[in-house]
Amino acid sequence: MHEWALAESIITAALEAAEKEHLKTITEIKIGIGELQQIEQDIFEFALNEIIKAHGKKLKNVKISIETEESTLKCKICGHTWSFSDMMKKLNEEESEAIHFIPEVAFVHTRCPKCGSPDFEIITGRGVSIISIKGKR
Amino acid sequence: MEVRVSVIKKRLKSIKRIISVASGKGGVGKSLVASTLALNLAEKGHKVGLLDLDLYGPSSHIILGVKDVFPEEEKGIIPPKIHGIKFMSIVYFTEDKPSAFRGIDITNIIIELLAITQWGPLDYLIIDMPPGIGDETLDVIRFIKKGEFLVVTTPSKVAMGAVSKLLKILKELKIPVIGVLENMKMTESSIIEDTVAEIGIPFIGSIFFDKNLEDAIGDGDLLLKTKFMEELGDNLKKTNL
Ligand SMILES: Nc1ncnc2c1ncn2[C@@H]1O[C@H](COP(=O)(O)OP(=O)(O)OP(=O)(O)O)[C@@H](O)[C@H]1O
Ligand SMILES: [Mg+2]
Ligand SMILES: [Zn+2]
Repeated sequence: MHEWALAESIITAALEAAEKEHLKTITEIKIGIGELQQIEQDIFEFALNEIIKAHGKKLKNVKISIETEESTLKCKICGHTWSFSDMMKKLNEEESEAIHFIPEVAFVHTRCPKCGSPDFEIITGRGVSIISIKGKR
Repeated sequence: MEVRVSVIKKRLKSIKRIISVASGKGGVGKSLVASTLALNLAEKGHKVGLLDLDLYGPSSHIILGVKDVFPEEEKGIIPPKIHGIKFMSIVYFTEDKPSAFRGIDITNIIIELLAITQWGPLDYLIIDMPPGIGDETLDVIRFIKKGEFLVVTTPSKVAMGAVSKLLKILKELKIPVIGVLENMKMTESSIIEDTVAEIGIPFIGSIFFDKNLEDAIGDGDLLLKTKFMEELGDNLKKTNL
């Protein structure tokens, strides 16, 4: 249930942003979840709803939409790019679980499929983020 | 929009004091001081957490002999308790394999660890820092607003050269420094004490080189009985720890 902690950061950040923009109510939050972190979407949505309920007025009728972002990785040595699904096949359960908690340990458990380097970047699809927020003043 | 940073304050809310054990120099005994400080405080009955932020070369788990444990998942992750200390480290996720990270990854890992770790109420959170004034030090300063530093050096002029820079930047940023510990002392000399005094930071005291220490590494009970531990305890009495 570490999805809970991530859901909580979404809501905390959304409320902070609303405060800054002087929004009385938040009507919509668009959330991006990166494939690399393998979020359990059911649990994540459940956690979001529970946290929203606890926050009363400001989030009462908020519409949540979730987009999954495909994960791309790019080697800094040979320039090769690949996707999370390519990488996933080579991971055992523990490695995959570790990446679920800390996406950067992908650098520890995997290598560039072309040249074998651990020196690659996560270009897209790392973790959770807010894409946009709408609200009323 | 980065969302995890927003929740960090909440995660650290019920921690009374956060102390980063740091140094401008490597290999001076930061990890040993961090682990034994955590042991000392836990022995005194405090609620203590220990966070290893040396992401390339984590060593607190080796010093405390942490094996075969994994955090529990509950609205985040709950660090397992070792010798009464809630212990969090990247090693749970790397299986102790070699870890090559660039700066941006270091920052992301630190944010993730701070955002998902549920420490619960603590009297002290001790952080084992990597050497230098790099990403980890800057991120600790950026994300942990109520943090304090405890700085370790050896009696060497070379070490003190790098340590002075750390002390000066901490002072410039008005970050509380509990003081400087001189570790692995071999002969009487007041060079370090004098240099620290010149910078205007409290000098706590010295810990001598303990030739029997290595035998106690990996065993908390043995560590508690070392000369090192005794000297650390005496030095801590001169502070508010
Ligand atoms: N007072 C001491 N007497 C004997 N050995 C010591 C003493 N202090 C530290 N050591 C030993 O010195 C080595 C380096 O200590 P430690 O790993 O704590 O340093 P560090 O500053 O954390 O290093 P790094 O910069 O790599 O993180 C270890 O083997 C430790 O057991
Ligand atoms: Mg160390
Ligand atoms: Zn490559």
